[in-house]
Amino acid sequence: MIRLTKLISVLAFLLCTNMSFADSIKLAVTTSFNNSGLSDVLLPKIESDIGVNIKLLVVGTGQALRLGASGDVDAILVHSQKAEEKFVNDGHGSHRREIMYNDFVIIGPRADPANVRSAESIKEAFELIKDLSVPFISRGDESGTHKMEMSLWRSFDFRPNHFGDWYKSVGSGMGASLNISASIGAYILSDRASWLNFKNKSDLDILFEGDKLLFNQYSFIPINPNRHKHVQSALTKKLESWLTSKTAETMINSYKIDGKALFKFNATYNE
Amino acid sequence: MNDIWDGIVQAFTLIYTLDPDLIKISLRSLQVTLSALAISCIIALPLAAILTIQRFKFRRFTIALLNALMGLPPVVVGLLVYIVLSRSGPFGVLDLLYTKTAMIIAQTIIITPLITSIAHQSLRELWSDYHDLLISMNTSHNQRIKTLLWDARRALLTASLAGFGRAIGEVGAIMIVGGNIDNATRVLTTAIALETSKGDFALALALGFVLILTTIALNIGTHWLSKTENEGRW
Repeated sequence: MIRLTKLISVLAFLLCTNMSFADSIKLAVTTSFNNSGLSDVLLPKIESDIGVNIKLLVVGTGQALRLGASGDVDAILVHSQKAEEKFVNDGHGSHRREIMYNDFVIIGPRADPANVRSAESIKEAFELIKDLSVPFISRGDESGTHKMEMSLWRSFDFRPNHFGDWYKSVGSGMGASLNISASIGAYILSDRASWLNFKNKSDLDILFEGDKLLFNQYSFIPINPNRHKHVQSALTKKLESWLTSKTAETMINSYKIDGKALFKFNATYNE
Repeated sequence: MNDIWDGIVQAFTLIYTLDPDLIKISLRSLQVTLSALAISCIIALPLAAILTIQRFKFRRFTIALLNALMGLPPVVVGLLVYIVLSRSGPFGVLDLLYTKTAMIIAQTIIITPLITSIAHQSLRELWSDYHDLLISMNTSHNQRIKTLLWDARRALLTASLAGFGRAIGEVGAIMIVGGNIDNATRVLTTAIALETSKGDFALALALGFVLILTTIALNIGTHWLSKTENEGRW
C-alpha cells in the first residue's frame, strides 16, 4: 500500500509541474516569423519590458487562423491580408494591426535552368518556370506564403492544380520545403527572412527579387474576447502596444543576418 | 557522412558542456513519457491480469481489440485529443491544450494497449502453470492477480520498456497537442523535427543521439536496479 501511495504522490508531483505561468499568453505565429530568428530576439525583451510570457505556436497562417477561430490561442501574427480581413469580418479577431513587412523572393538552383535571373517581373519569372516545366516546390499548406504563391499564379491566369509533375505541392513548413528544394534543386517562393536564416542552403540562391507584387505584410490580430471569454485580452493589448512602440521599431529594423535587414517596421504608433 | 560526424561531435559537445537547453528539453521528454508510462502501467497491468484470469463475454473481443490498437497511429490520437481538448471541444474549459498534461494524455492512449497486450501474453503463459495450484489453494481473486503480477514482474518490465520506447520516440501526436512551445512543451523529438525544418541537420542529429542515449541509459538503469540477468536469479 505504501508503494501505491508513493507512486501516486510522484504522479501528482509530475502533474503539478504543469501549472502554467500567471501572465502568459499563447500566440500563433507563422513559420516564417519563427524561422527568421526574430522571435528569439523579441520574446525575452517583451518578457522583461511588460512581464508577459509568450508561448509561441509555430504554424502556417491557415492553421493559425483556425486556432484563433476556435479560441485556442490569444492572438495571432500572420501574413495573408485577404484571409486576415475575412477573419476579422467574421468576428473571430477584434481588429487587425499592421506591424512590419518584408518581401518574397524566388529561390532556385544557382545553375538556373529556367533563366529566372533574366526575368524583369515576377510574372515573367513564373512564366519561365512554367514554360520550361522545371521542378517547382509549392508549400501546399494554406500558409501565407502558399496563399501568396497561389494568388500570383492565378493573377497571371495559370491554374496550379492543372500543372504537371514538375509542380510539387509538399504540404510542409517553410524550412522543410526549402530542404526539399535544396535536395532536388527545385525553384521555390520563400519569404526573405526564412531564406536568410536557413542553414542548409546547399546549391540554392536568390534568383529573383524586388517586384512590388512580392510585398509581404505581417499583422497582429487579437482574438475577439466577445467570442471567446477566456482570451487574455488585457495582456494582448499590452503586447500590441509593445509591438507598435519605438522600442519594437528599433529592434525589428536592426535585426540582421549577414548584414542584411530582414524586416521593416511599418506600424502606426499608439495615439 | 559529414552531417553525421558533425552531429556526433555536436552531441558530445552539448552533453559535455551540460547545455542548459538540452538538459531542460531532455528532462521534459522524460517527465512527459515517464508520467504517461506510470499512468499506462496502472491501467494496463491490472487489466492484463484480469483479462488472464477472468472469463467474461467479450473477453476474446477485448483482447483482439487491444492487439489491434497496438498499431494505433499516433498522429490520429493526437488529432482526436486535440479536438477533444480544443476550446471549441467538449473539454475545452479545462484549458489543457498545449500543456504537458495534454501530451501525457496522448502518450498514455498510445501506449496503454501496447503494454496491456504484451503483459497479457506473458501473464497467460504463467497462468497456465499456476492455474491448478492457485485454484487448489482456494486463493481469492485479488490474491491471484497479485501473485501473477509479482511473479511475472520481469516480463512486465519488458512490456513497460516497450511502452516507454514507443512513447519517448513519438512525435506526431505530441506535436499536435503540445504545440512544440519553447520552454513549455518542446521535447527531444519535436525539437529534432524543428531543427530539421530549419535545415540545421547537425543540431537535429545531436538531439537524436541524445534521445538514443537517454533511452539506452534508462533501459540499462532499469535492468541494473531490478538486477535482471544476475547469477542465481531469473
